[in-house]
Amino acid sequence: MLNYDIVVIGGGPAGMAAALKAKECGVDSILILERAETLGGILEQCIHTGFGLHYFGEELSGPEYADRFIELVKEKEIEYKTDTMALEITENNVVYAVNKTDGLLEIQAKAVILAMGCRERPRGALNIAGSRASGVMSAGTAQKYVNIDGYMPGKKVVILGSGDIGLIMARRMTLEGAEVKVVCELMPYSSGLTRNIVQCLDDFNIPLRLSCTVIGIHGKDRVEGVTIANVDENRRPIPGTEEYIECDTLLLSVGLIPENELTRAVGIQLDPVTSGAVVDENRETSHKGVFACGNVLHVHDLVDYVTLESQTAGEGAAKYVLGGGEEPEYITTKGVSGVRYIVPQKVNIKNEGDVKLYFRVGQVYKNAKTVVKYNGEEIISKKRPRLAPGEMESVIIKNDMLKKFAEGGVIEISVEE
Amino acid sequence: MQKNIICVACPMGCGVTVELDDNGAILSVTGNTCKRGDAYARTEITNPVRSLATTVKVEGGIFNVVPCKSAGALPKDKIFECMEVINNTSAKAPVKLGDVLVADILGTGIDIVATNHCPIK
Repeated sequence: MLNYDIVVIGGGPAGMAAALKAKECGVDSILILERAETLGGILEQCIHTGFGLHYFGEELSGPEYADRFIELVKEKEIEYKTDTMALEITENNVVYAVNKTDGLLEIQAKAVILAMGCRERPRGALNIAGSRASGVMSAGTAQKYVNIDGYMPGKKVVILGSGDIGLIMARRMTLEGAEVKVVCELMPYSSGLTRNIVQCLDDFNIPLRLSCTVIGIHGKDRVEGVTIANVDENRRPIPGTEEYIECDTLLLSVGLIPENELTRAVGIQLDPVTSGAVVDENRETSHKGVFACGNVLHVHDLVDYVTLESQTAGEGAAKYVLGGGEEPEYITTKGVSGVRYIVPQKVNIKNEGDVKLYFRVGQVYKNAKTVVKYNGEEIISKKRPRLAPGEMESVIIKNDMLKKFAEGGVIEISVEE
Repeated sequence: MQKNIICVACPMGCGVTVELDDNGAILSVTGNTCKRGDAYARTEITNPVRSLATTVKVEGGIFNVVPCKSAGALPKDKIFECMEVINNTSAKAPVKLGDVLVADILGTGIDIVATNHCPIK
């Protein structure tokens, strides 16, 4: 059996930032386990720019953002194993993993940091009628084909879902010579950034159809076309609005699912809204010594925030390993009227610093305000000219405020119009 | 003449209307809610630019392609022409992040640089 102070599962931006922070906090025995052949995670295939504006103050591509952390991991001599799949975490923080050279690995960790990220929601989760013709894939799969493997998965493309990955791929496929016929969005608004709608669709005259979905896929061996239809306010297709669109490829950009199989198997408490673990302000889960950060905890809009959150988790894990600290006294956080969720879900009031709460709203608001209440009493109110489900919001609870709270209290965040 | 654009200087996404005279000179910018919107609209009308990110073929590398980007913004109407040049370029492994893959593309003064490493296979 191998022994490490901290085992980090996932070598993407979350895992690397957490490991680096833990090292900086004085923990030397750290091992990162990465499933892919290189560190970097999903950033490796996100070749477009726009990463790092907040964290580095410059606009980097995904691989460049990742490379800064990869170089640091090497420089700080943090151990990592690529091509290695974590299989299980036990009650006692033993991590089982497997790869081609070591075979089965049994690793006793003092602390574990979960940084497995997300996978994309697949076709099977959508119940679109039609054959199993080839040419239907997630937008991220197409992104890997084009940007890493270097080949085009199709020529005439329909994209379902107008999140940022869908928009980015509309531009990418167009640049490489494909014709993107339409981007369909089930909701009456796009969850993508305005910048991406303008620069990925409008620039190339690609139509964006809101309140519209794909209801049928046609073709036997290869996709030959899809049927799209408008949907009503209950997201049900409206009869009579069906339209056939000829295409050889359907890209799905219909949401991300945190990869929490390991988390669930060891019995860690999950938040039904985020599909990630319930954590405190150090990102410690309900299982002692197990921390979570990045997209496996909740889907982030910007990688910069993944980095910051993962540093929090890395510091938390380091403190846990190095010992000390008194028994925590928790208050809980709760999103109400318009706020879908808050991370962290609980906060230790004995914490010595300020605490940043991240949250997301459920719909688009203009000229609204976000209100923070403690046990029903308003403590912070912030005017917000625009709130959208695609953008993560945050509010800071100052430490002097935190000190006035009592165990068992509840912080609620809401949107008021 | 009027041109309507959506400002992307921040997430607000204001709809901005730019009034032009017959010679294409800007008469007015309205609909923006801040100074950055005014500046964005003026650049977007007179000299729209975009950054470009794509891939270049690699011979003998661990991957078939290496990602690259324009080191600065390119004129918007030259993007497809730039793509053609880049797609007719190939690099020899090893490629290092920051390597110039196409210098001064189409005489724009902008280099196309690698944004990742591609070691020898």
